[in-house]
Amino acid sequence: MRVLTNRAEADRDLHDELEHYVELSGAERVAHGSSHAKAQRDAILEVGNMTVAREELRAEGWEHLVATLLGDLHYGLRRLRRDPGFTITTVLILALGIGASTAIFSAVKPVLLESLPYPEANRLAMVSDVLKSGEPLPLTFGSYLELAKRSHSFAFIAPVNGWAPALIDGGKPEPLVGQRVGADYFRALGRAPLIGRDFQQDDDRPHGPHVVIISDALWLRRFSGDREIVGKSIRLGYDQYLVIGVMPRDFENVLAPLAEMWTPLQYDEVFGPQSREWGHHLRAVARMLPGTSIDAARAELNRIARAPVPEFPRVPWAALDDGLVVTSLQADVTRAIRPVLIAVIIGVLLVLAIVCVNVTNLLLARSVQRRGEFAMRSALGAGRTRIARQLITESVALALLGGIVGMFVAELGVLGIVALSPPGVPRLAAIHLDGTVFAFGFAITTAIGVIVGALPALSSAAREPHGGAKESSARIIGGNRRTRGVLVVAEVALALVLLVSAGLLLKSISRVFAVRLGFDSSHLLTMQLQETGPQYQDDSTRTAQVDSARYWLYTAALDAVRQQPGVKDAAFTSLLPLNGGIDNYGVHVERDADPRDDGAALRYAVTPEYFGVMDIPLRRGRLLDARDGAGAPRAVVINESFARRKFAGEDPIGRRLRFGAEEGDWYSIVGVVGDVKQSPLDGEQPDQIYLTPTQWHWVDGSMSLIVRARGDAASLAPSIRSAIWSVDRDTPIARVATMGELADRAVSDRHFALILFEAFGLSALALAAIGIYGVLSGSVTERTREIGVRAALGASTRSIVGMVMRIGMTLTAAGVLVGLIAAAVGSRVMVSMLFGVSRVDPMTYLGVVLLLGVVSAIACALPALRAARVDPASTLKAM
Amino acid sequence: MDEPNTDVIQGTLDMLILRTLSLRPMHAFGIGKRVEQISRGVFKVNPGSLLTALQRLERAGSLDAEWRQTENSRRARFYSLTRAGRKELGLKTEDWTRRAAAIARLLKADG
Repeated sequence: MRVLTNRAEADRDLHDELEHYVELSGAERVAHGSSHAKAQRDAILEVGNMTVAREELRAEGWEHLVATLLGDLHYGLRRLRRDPGFTITTVLILALGIGASTAIFSAVKPVLLESLPYPEANRLAMVSDVLKSGEPLPLTFGSYLELAKRSHSFAFIAPVNGWAPALIDGGKPEPLVGQRVGADYFRALGRAPLIGRDFQQDDDRPHGPHVVIISDALWLRRFSGDREIVGKSIRLGYDQYLVIGVMPRDFENVLAPLAEMWTPLQYDEVFGPQSREWGHHLRAVARMLPGTSIDAARAELNRIARAPVPEFPRVPWAALDDGLVVTSLQADVTRAIRPVLIAVIIGVLLVLAIVCVNVTNLLLARSVQRRGEFAMRSALGAGRTRIARQLITESVALALLGGIVGMFVAELGVLGIVALSPPGVPRLAAIHLDGTVFAFGFAITTAIGVIVGALPALSSAAREPHGGAKESSARIIGGNRRTRGVLVVAEVALALVLLVSAGLLLKSISRVFAVRLGFDSSHLLTMQLQETGPQYQDDSTRTAQVDSARYWLYTAALDAVRQQPGVKDAAFTSLLPLNGGIDNYGVHVERDADPRDDGAALRYAVTPEYFGVMDIPLRRGRLLDARDGAGAPRAVVINESFARRKFAGEDPIGRRLRFGAEEGDWYSIVGVVGDVKQSPLDGEQPDQIYLTPTQWHWVDGSMSLIVRARGDAASLAPSIRSAIWSVDRDTPIARVATMGELADRAVSDRHFALILFEAFGLSALALAAIGIYGVLSGSVTERTREIGVRAALGASTRSIVGMVMRIGMTLTAAGVLVGLIAAAVGSRVMVSMLFGVSRVDPMTYLGVVLLLGVVSAIACALPALRAARVDPASTLKAM
Repeated sequence: MDEPNTDVIQGTLDMLILRTLSLRPMHAFGIGKRVEQISRGVFKVNPGSLLTALQRLERAGSLDAEWRQTENSRRARFYSLTRAGRKELGLKTEDWTRRAAAIARLLKADG
């Protein structure tokens, strides 16, 4: 142990003992008649090389191992300090690789790798209806009720709907995100309120009590964490709600991460076919009974779906003919984002691979430069393993430095990812750099250290000590150069794969934006209004007076908004294109006898100005206008695709349709307008039906205002808000956004992936350029003499530049070839993120190849020009 | 062969050192000298092996070492046997005797 704590003293003892030995041994020889000098020499010979003896003695025990390691480390750090260019480059490259992969891993771990934060989360399932295409469709309450009553797979099942309450507590109404849920919602998730009580079955009935459970965040923000809040009333809109519970702080609501308030759904179990209970707008979350597998539950529900019973009559648009979608909650929550995250993980692994290759390359180049040093050490008695160990120690030191800097990079990266991430990313709050992720970071650090350390160590340990002492050892350097060439090819190939991915995403996004939306999206500001007053009331006690009060609010707000300076025109719609909403209704055309011919269409209740504000072109007939009010013959306008599909070759004007198969009022088609994309990513154009709010069964409680501005739309928001509040100061206004922002949001997950891939691709490009430059630069240095001789023998500058460039471009070409194959195969992973572009899009591939070609030509040109400047005279003199 | 083999039989150096030190504490050179003398020159101890062995035995707790003044007032490292060392010597001697006797019997046995 003393060796570590006081090495000098330990060494002195060792030295003294050896010296004492030699002295006594010498004295004895003199006594036996040797001359003094001979005796001394013999004695030393007997002990052997003092240094070797001392080293051997030192090598005893683990303390010496640690001491050697510390020595190596000390020496290594000194070497690194003496070469700051190399050290900084390497550490930064390592930090990039380690930091980026740690950040991505941190972000992805809670979503893809961890189970959801609920007890026995593997027992949680989601149930939804399904379209013919296999796409999931929200469930109707009617289907939910039938499944809940008939199935035996679940311990608890609860329907879930969105809710947008407005908290009114002095000042401006605060719009909140909430959920209307079945009484068993929290029991299904396996969580219960921390304070107060959970919902009971009795809370969830039509005209039941107004009760809410609030989130911990809302409790702290608005009620200062006061425990007395339970049992108190709060005002939501014009209604008083009794707070009955507060959820614990660690409760994560993965079904609606922003929700802060829950109230019972309170749907009626007795309802007609026209009621909202048959609307596709619910999700259902269920906790399976212990021992029931998701496959068994799926099989059971599909059996029920295919076997209707008279007790549970169905409507044609919820006949469950195509079965049901039953997935684990985990899969449901991560469904949308999963392909993006997997692509991002693969991307960051590619970057990490390039980082490893690049650092190996740098270390190899360095070990070539240091061959003289190693030859010297080896001549002074350093064993081959000792030199290899020194090299590995240096690599690990570099890797650790890179790891430390990388952790800062990771910290920044996580902040960046959270800031950039699309709104749909689940479990955002759970993203943080935790211990496991730190361990992951350090594991890759040391793994890289050992891997990149081993290669140069092996190549230098393979050399004989005297080989390096000679000026050149052509065979070894040749082998080294070949290795580095292979590494450069790998770098170029990896960079190409990343750049192609980024290129394909970029093209997809531009394609999305190039989609003809069917309306003019510039200068449009949108926002959502909710009625709250007692005069408006809620759907269940709807009356004609309520409807007219609501309609009054919308028309009065519209008048006030139109008078604002900068506003060209404004309109209301119940369904806003591009905002992610869907409002599907079953549609029956009068002429069709077979109810199976009924389709589904999106319903837009719009004020007549809507078409003008949106600039939607009229194709036939007329637009809706002021005549189409309450009491007038009911009129609808349909979109082109619907007209073409249903009335091919006929005039649709004057035909009649109704919502729902069996009953309901007939509407006459009065006009046909151009198609409008509800989502820019829609593959197939949905059927669309426009009608006025007063000719629908009710006036919607929440509508979107669309304002066409003369100039910048976003800057109008404050004046429009106050114009609306001048009509009713309690009207909550939410989701204020320009149409451009809505379009951005629709592609936000691709945009997220694009930003990351652009970063990956550019890093990879830079790393590949550094790699090519490093190899060529090293090669020019090694071949200075040869180049000088060529120049002396009359080689022109051009031919020398050409020779060096050829080496570099050959490597690039090989890398491009390998990369093209890899990209063509690997891009399969990205298919689900692409839009309007093939994964083997030739233009993208060509563009990337050109980009790589230009960058690597620049990287080659610098060493080539240096080669051209080699002075033949001085080279010949040096020979 | 010009010179007779004077290497210490493999594995016996520790035993020889322990035995030598069981008489009195000595320094490294003294131990080597003593082994050579008592064996009448049959064994010569290589100093490198001796010092390594001493360090190993000290680490194992069989020996104690301290710096003392020699007769001619030089600083020298003196090794002495510990209780554990004495016990170790007993075991090693017993083991060696048993094996040496077996070898002797084998060599003496006819056909």
